[in-house]
Amino acid sequence: MDFELGEEQVMLKTSARDFLEKECPKKLVRDMMEDEKGYSPELWRKMAELGWQALVFPEEYGGIGSGFLDLAVLSEEMGRALVPGPFMPTVVLAGGTILAAGSEEQKQECLPRIAEGDMIMTLALTELDGGIEADGVTVKATPSGDNFTINGTKLFVPDAHVADQLICVARTKDGANKEDGITLFLVDPRTDGVSIEVLKTMSGEKLCEVVFNNVTVPKSNIIGEVDKGWPVIKQVLQQATVAECAWMVGGARWVLETTLDYAKERIQFGVPIGSFQAIQHKFADMAVEVEGATSLTYYAAWATMENDPGAEMATHVAKAWCSDIYKHATFEGVQIHGGIGFTWDHDMHLYFKRAKSGEVNLGDAIYHREKVAQLLDM
Amino acid sequence: MDFSYSPQEEAFREEIKDWLAENMKELPKWWLDRSLKRPEIDSEEYHQFSVWWHRKLYDAGFVGISWPKEYGGRGATLMEQVVFSEELAKHRAPGPTNAIGIGWCGPTIINHGTEEQKKRFLEPMLKADEIWCQGFSEPEAGSDMANVQMRAVDDGDDYIVNGQKVWTSGGHYSDWAILLARTDPDAPKHRGISYFLLDMHAPGVTVRPLRQITGHSEFNETFLDNVRIPKTMRVGEENQGWYIAMGTLEFERSGIGAAIGRENTIMDLVEVTKQMKRNKDPIIRQKMAQMYIDGVAIRYTGLRALTKQLRGERPGPESAVMSHFGMELNQRMQDFAMQIQGPYSRLVRDSKYAVDDGSWQYSFLRSRGNTIETGTSEIKRNVLAQRVLGLPR
Repeated sequence: MDFELGEEQVMLKTSARDFLEKECPKKLVRDMMEDEKGYSPELWRKMAELGWQALVFPEEYGGIGSGFLDLAVLSEEMGRALVPGPFMPTVVLAGGTILAAGSEEQKQECLPRIAEGDMIMTLALTELDGGIEADGVTVKATPSGDNFTINGTKLFVPDAHVADQLICVARTKDGANKEDGITLFLVDPRTDGVSIEVLKTMSGEKLCEVVFNNVTVPKSNIIGEVDKGWPVIKQVLQQATVAECAWMVGGARWVLETTLDYAKERIQFGVPIGSFQAIQHKFADMAVEVEGATSLTYYAAWATMENDPGAEMATHVAKAWCSDIYKHATFEGVQIHGGIGFTWDHDMHLYFKRAKSGEVNLGDAIYHREKVAQLLDM
Repeated sequence: MDFSYSPQEEAFREEIKDWLAENMKELPKWWLDRSLKRPEIDSEEYHQFSVWWHRKLYDAGFVGISWPKEYGGRGATLMEQVVFSEELAKHRAPGPTNAIGIGWCGPTIINHGTEEQKKRFLEPMLKADEIWCQGFSEPEAGSDMANVQMRAVDDGDDYIVNGQKVWTSGGHYSDWAILLARTDPDAPKHRGISYFLLDMHAPGVTVRPLRQITGHSEFNETFLDNVRIPKTMRVGEENQGWYIAMGTLEFERSGIGAAIGRENTIMDLVEVTKQMKRNKDPIIRQKMAQMYIDGVAIRYTGLRALTKQLRGERPGPESAVMSHFGMELNQRMQDFAMQIQGPYSRLVRDSKYAVDDGSWQYSFLRSRGNTIETGTSEIKRNVLAQRVLGLPR
């Protein structure tokens, strides 16, 4: 029995933190909120030099072959530093899809380039209904000769505007079972008929509308089998959800630590405000929330890495918890900081807004609690 | 990260499982079936049942497993203690009785007692031939426990002790008590307290049951009127009682047994929601799921604490954070049990139509004590904020 990070993971964590404190200061985070691309190509390259984009891919595809837990550790530190840019969409969502279902040719085409930091990818899944379930997939792909023609609108697609390749989750068959009849297409965003518009977000993240208007895609761009794409997406979503939880844990812990430091220093009525029980009790609850988030997320990451049968439940449990507690931590972070916490100058709002986004990304707490209820056989 | 158990631990698990499979057959039917009539929690019948099961556990070598072998224990490793708690909880088997004796009094005597005290007390304690209770709390010493007023005055070979204790659990059938009394009223409050072993049958000891919110009497007031306690029954040095009371043997800190127990309750509640036809209600489903999630958070945070302990590291926040949260989760679960029963939640034991013979009504009422006993939630939050997070007092 050993439920803590191993020595190598602790080293990865420490080196990632040191690197990001230097290379990803809050000024960069703020600049990227306003930036058109939304990420720093220089930082992206440096991350690739450290092997971050290569971390979980097998060596035969230019990767390092580390376990999923290492990715969670890295994600935690990226969440702490609020690293802007397309890491998750490229590595976890799209890279994960190719690795799980791509042909040998597709893997050789994409994965080494991702690993090198030369390719940015994303996954176009969600549509106007905002959901992540199979019945929400209505963008249609119809066969014509050696091609398919894609029509419809995808929404909240992360970083599509800078992506070299998109993966479009499209419907190729419409029967009673919505999980059947979904096909995955590799789409070059420069193809005729693809139009991408960056939406204006609270957090400064780049979420896009991607419209497919009679977009022609060769059959050779299909990832996996026709009509059988959903199980792949389901597995990728599960991994992405755990990675998102880890990201949120990193942010929530920054909020707790930063607010704790402030409460020990800020003097009112002649004493530090942290000596007041009203404040102490908030911290006691935040500590429960952040430690709980760490435990649940590490467990979900371990279960995912080991293909444990409990991974699905563990992931729903972790995301329901993290969605609620990261937001709550930032609410308390602003409150305990008082006036300064309400300013644009203080960094708290950066976390606050990212927490709000993370809360709903890949399913909110209500969605994941309902999944838990189903698995409890209610 | 590795959640597996060693071959020795797994062998121990098999031993426990085999024993439980054989012996649980002898348990009364009501133990595993909430709908059946069970003896009242404070009845002599219930106490006799607890002692009967305890002796079976004792004979099998499953009592005091964390105690050193030389004192009759099993000398189990931390992981074996975890395995034992897990199996007991998974099988929903009753645990040993005399919990205060085996959990608190025994370890204190082992750590701080004289050879004579060890010889005299440890074996009958383990066998539950002598039942122990705790005399710490007083009317003026609740959350402020060092404010003990009970007075022990030096008188030759004895102390003469006067005062009142309260919330003495099981005091009405206890033979011995661990007791805190003030031996130096002029010293600062933590430094004038001594630790005693009190014969509950001694002249001058009066036990008066307290009737609690459930209508039962699990706790008592205990009055001492010129009770003589021999000096040989003091544990440790005079005036060091507070520090002795704060220490104990090293227990596994995962809380795994309690965590599995809560999961059992959640599974029972899933059944009640079905029975009451509330399981399709989305609000009920959301609440149910959240309680499950809360339980899992406690469980895995406990395993992180255990890991630190196994590595011999100082306990971090993960060992302290979940205490008040777990107690409050118990209350949320019990409150929920009432909510899903709707109008039937008003019916108690012995009533026609009562759900599960009113056992949820009892546990609902009993759970209100959870955030008071062993430290209120508010005190626990203070302790966490000050001692773990380092906020100023």
